[in-house]
Amino acid sequence: MKISFDDLHKAFESRVRLGIMSALAVNDALDFTALKEFLNVTDGNLATHIKKLEKEDFVEVQKSFIDNKPNTRYSMTPEGRKAFNDYLNVMEQIINTQK
Amino acid sequence: MKDQQDYIQDIAEIRSMMERSSKFLSLSGWAGIIAGMAALAGAGIAHFAMEFRPDEILYPYPDLTTLIWLSLGVLVVALVGAIFDSYRKAGKRDEKAWNPTSRKMLSSMSVPLFAGGFLIVILISRSLLGLIAPLTLLFYGLSLFNAGFYTVKEVRIMGLFQMLLGLLNLTYIEFGLLFWALGFGLVHILYGIFMHLRYER
Repeated sequence: MKISFDDLHKAFESRVRLGIMSALAVNDALDFTALKEFLNVTDGNLATHIKKLEKEDFVEVQKSFIDNKPNTRYSMTPEGRKAFNDYLNVMEQIINTQK
Repeated sequence: MKDQQDYIQDIAEIRSMMERSSKFLSLSGWAGIIAGMAALAGAGIAHFAMEFRPDEILYPYPDLTTLIWLSLGVLVVALVGAIFDSYRKAGKRDEKAWNPTSRKMLSSMSVPLFAGGFLIVILISRSLLGLIAPLTLLFYGLSLFNAGFYTVKEVRIMGLFQMLLGLLNLTYIEFGLLFWALGFGLVHILYGIFMHLRYER
């Protein structure tokens, strides 16, 4: 599936979503609390942005139980990694052409 | 559409997030300086006041209890210094000191540290006190080298220095605590001063 530039812009226009993707790019998986601490956002805000990335299939969720407490871990999908790299390339091009 | 400034800001944000979420950066030079001074003081007390001067591998020492309390004291001062400093610096950076990155760093440190710790207990029980200084240096160096994957790269370099001193110390057991004081004292202090000048001024 080819992702258009417009779609990329839409997925990454928010700094929070960009932050989530950046953190997941360098970590195998992170749980909700960890993401929240790195990004300094509220639960609701973070949940909304993760939903959006899940819908794009950029992020996947593994639900499990640790000591009977639910634990949700997020990781980047191969599509997500590709989209993130594409977005970095696009940014690079734009900055280079405008120099 | 975003304009160029937005993209530059985006890139700054991405870079900072990748670094923050993969490396523990809330450790300043002060932690190293405090640990180094505690080690120098401890080595000084052991050598001059307690006449603990292991010059051979098999070195029975009568007052082991005081020696163990002294080493625990040095360890506690160094640890409290590091923990306090991490919280202070994390607060300044508007981050938490106890986060997934610091946990990863600590767990990668703990494996060689525990192995070394058990080894030291066995050495003490066999009166092989001459091996304690070189082997603590070696295992501490390994642990720093591991930790360096999750924090600034200078920590890995410091780990290499500690390992080197440990190996030298094994070859020259007769120098006793000198190498230990160099590694845990001087190397820590130099690391602390370097970090302070490089990242905090």
